[in-house]
Amino acid sequence: MKHTPLHDEHVALGAKMVDFGGWDMPLAYGSQIEEHHRVRRDAGMFDVSHMTVVDIRGPQARDWLRRLLANDVAKLARPGKALYSCMLNEEGGVIDDLIVYRLGDDRYRMVINAATTDKDLAWMRRKAEGTDVDLQVRDDLAMIAVQGPMAREKAHAALGDEAAAVAGALEPFFMAEIGDLAVARTGYTGEDGYEIMLPAAEAVAFWRRLQAAGVAPCGLGARDTLRLEAGMNLYGADMDETVTPLESGLAWTVAFAPAERDFIGRAALERQKAEGVKRKLVGLVLEDRGVLRNHQIVRVAGEPAGEITSGSFSPTLGRAIALARVPAETGEAVEVEVRGRPLKAKVVKPPFVRHGKALI
Amino acid sequence: MSNIPQELRYTETHEWIRLEEDGTLTVGITDHAQHLLGDIVFVELPEEGEECAAGDDVAVVESVKAASDVYAPVTGEIAAINTKLTDTPELINQDPYGEGWIFRVKPMDPEDYDALMDADAYQERISEEGE
Repeated sequence: MKHTPLHDEHVALGAKMVDFGGWDMPLAYGSQIEEHHRVRRDAGMFDVSHMTVVDIRGPQARDWLRRLLANDVAKLARPGKALYSCMLNEEGGVIDDLIVYRLGDDRYRMVINAATTDKDLAWMRRKAEGTDVDLQVRDDLAMIAVQGPMAREKAHAALGDEAAAVAGALEPFFMAEIGDLAVARTGYTGEDGYEIMLPAAEAVAFWRRLQAAGVAPCGLGARDTLRLEAGMNLYGADMDETVTPLESGLAWTVAFAPAERDFIGRAALERQKAEGVKRKLVGLVLEDRGVLRNHQIVRVAGEPAGEITSGSFSPTLGRAIALARVPAETGEAVEVEVRGRPLKAKVVKPPFVRHGKALI
Repeated sequence: MSNIPQELRYTETHEWIRLEEDGTLTVGITDHAQHLLGDIVFVELPEEGEECAAGDDVAVVESVKAASDVYAPVTGEIAAINTKLTDTPELINQDPYGEGWIFRVKPMDPEDYDALMDADAYQERISEEGE
């Protein structure tokens, strides 16, 4: 099993460790729900060093990414700006979802999922053959996400004056490089905060400074309920290579304009649009008592018609919520088969929670 | 290390059982089980008066992570349920052997209790399982 530079720290903090895509990662340090609330109300931190950072360089980097990704890096007018995108295969299936940052004119940084890293890199390297695009995996870096309404203030105390001044000036969805540190105002919780990349050797000291500044260590369990409340998809659960972004609530991340940009998967998506997209990803709120879980069957007008892709208990709302893939014509009321019984659920548009507030 | 009170009996499936003065058996899940499940957010209780056979799944405890059945340790009739768990399921995490009890069963054959595992046997059982 692979270890992040913070592994021993998690074990010393008494975390319950689990196998996450081949990495031994903290599920929770104590109560997962308490960790969730800390992020919604104050500040929490996550070791996300298992995710893979790839630097992309070369004069053709921009054009190469405009072909590789369904979203268009040409939107990144200013250096530092981040873009969320899917990477598609020729059939329009989702190979991975990722964030790409424009660092300079010929320099981009991508953060991809841990579990998909090998196939992503194989795909990207194949697509880079015969170009002068250089791909460099930055496994020398650790990554810590600090999230919550107090996250930035508390992170500034741990960053030191110089880096804090640069970070403090960041707009949402921008990254700044400060020496061998990179601070991005991005995240996966629906709260304000940073994702901070730093040399692996400095990770433990920085983690401890954050803890001293009052940032609570939080595990992957809380990370999952936070992202679900925020209506953010999880690769492998809410989408994979068998579905397109148009069936996954991610149409907003596909840049069809300009028409001449021929990104991989474009023809398939245009075909699907022309034929009519038959399924959609929606939010569900359980009206009866119970807990929604992945793979439960969704009934529309009494008939099995869809499936929950991510279901859990929402600590902020105090009830079960889910993302589910259902027929495009599904209305506002459905039933979910929970342990052999049909329970009533309401169809909603995610997010469920944003900046600490319930939206449904 | 899990808390395993000496005066209770146990099952392979991580229920604890306490013999009450009136001969009924109070049932809950062990400290070990609640720890493995994590934060409990929902409990489905049996109905009072319901008959059960030993090994029947009569209640469900759901954590953020997973759902887990709770089994009747003996054959009998459900004599009481802990309705507090409906609104405060976290009592199982906070006080698994006290406020977090789940149901009480009136055994058909009182001798069934004597056949249940004691604390030492349960300790051995979870040590084999590995923490």
